[in-house]
Amino acid sequence: MATVRVVLPYHLYTLARCSTTEVELELAGPVTLAAVLDALEAAYPMLVGAVRDRATGRRRPLVRFYACQDDLSNTAPDAPLPDAVAAGREPLIIVGAIAGG
Amino acid sequence: MSRIRVLVGTRKGAFILTSDVVRRDWQVSGPHFGGWEIFHIAGSPANPDRLYASQTSSWFGQVIQRSDDGGATWNPVGNDFSYAGDPGAHLHYDGTPKPWAFKRVWHLEPSLTDPDTVYAGVEDAALFRSTDGGQTWQELPGLREQQGAKWMPGAGGMCLHTILLDPANPARMYVAISAAGAFRSDDGGVSWKPVNRGLHSQYIPDPEAEVGHCVHRIAMHPARPETLFMQKHWDVMRSDDAGESWFEVSGNLPSDFGFAMAVHAHEPDTVYVVPIKSDSEHYPPEGKLRVYRSTAGGNAWDALTDGLPQEHCYVNVLRDAMAVDALDPCGVYFGTTGGQVYVSPDAGNHWQAIVRDLPAVLSVSVQTLS
Repeated sequence: MATVRVVLPYHLYTLARCSTTEVELELAGPVTLAAVLDALEAAYPMLVGAVRDRATGRRRPLVRFYACQDDLSNTAPDAPLPDAVAAGREPLIIVGAIAGG
Repeated sequence: MSRIRVLVGTRKGAFILTSDVVRRDWQVSGPHFGGWEIFHIAGSPANPDRLYASQTSSWFGQVIQRSDDGGATWNPVGNDFSYAGDPGAHLHYDGTPKPWAFKRVWHLEPSLTDPDTVYAGVEDAALFRSTDGGQTWQELPGLREQQGAKWMPGAGGMCLHTILLDPANPARMYVAISAAGAFRSDDGGVSWKPVNRGLHSQYIPDPEAEVGHCVHRIAMHPARPETLFMQKHWDVMRSDDAGESWFEVSGNLPSDFGFAMAVHAHEPDTVYVVPIKSDSEHYPPEGKLRVYRSTAGGNAWDALTDGLPQEHCYVNVLRDAMAVDALDPCGVYFGTTGGQVYVSPDAGNHWQAIVRDLPAVLSVSVQTLS
């Protein structure tokens, strides 16, 4: 069982009614982007559709994923996330892209 | 003692404005859902404490919020707007096929009789219905069978923005789509027909085509539901036969382009529009914000200006941003892209700003509470 830390942008942690920007998720299997997002949506059902498009399952165009100073936005959903994320030393950061005013 | 609750959707959140029947002193609550676009908020006629809100974001998608206490608290409900079957493609701006894809909910229309039943008009244009208080949504796909492959987005997106429920005939409803036109169902939304005969639109290849018209708004008086008024991309229109045929009633308006439209609560022939200069210049003619009222069901229009800015005003009034209350005298309300919400407590004769500095107003709806 892995404990993964996820940092949510303001609009998502307020939508999820979290008191802090960072949440912790327990994952039983491999720590991949898809597994983390599945766990996030299971814990916070109001976030279904907010990070991944409901119809396609793909990352919404203006959402980005960062971790360990890398942009993982285009990482394959089933690829392992960095060891530091899987070990809970570094968070997966979900970011609303800079776009518009 | 009655009270008035005005539900305001803006580019950056929702606001709830409340007043007694005098409609002079207002309490302002909000922003709710700050930073999100609130395309529409609507209250159930069957239970005024039941509100639905369309909360949307280009970043984070669609949320439907529901309140069961008149807007004091809210909870997200269902946001799965999956089209029925393979929706195929509609026309894109350049005339090429573009797969149907859900973007947002433009308009929510609660049932007249059941608080748990609510309709949603969405972009890309389709009509959805929930019968469980917004938890789940089902498309009424018969609408898109009306030549949906020929529909094309207007500049604001291919949105289903108007839903009218006939209070005299529960099986009858109307919708309007930019840019597809007006459609009517006589069987509760299962099957539909285009109701655009009489519309003339120079911006489409066949100006009198059965579908393709950019209808901006339709309005109805509940006591005379077979009479409809339409603000089209250009032209103000009227139908006296449930949309079977339309005729123009633009008359002496300074411009017959516009978006918003409302019908007086007690006078079926009293109609309000807000002329906008043109499709290229989305602001009032001459920089004067004027509501026009016809008490003859169109053609003869009077400018209502008392309390409205009559110089240097370059705001727009969007299609869902005008509404009336049910008091006597009838109150008329509208919001602007400049963030003002105006009220006239005397059917349009005098206006005052309830608020002046909100984000751009997308929608205004009004509840008359007893």
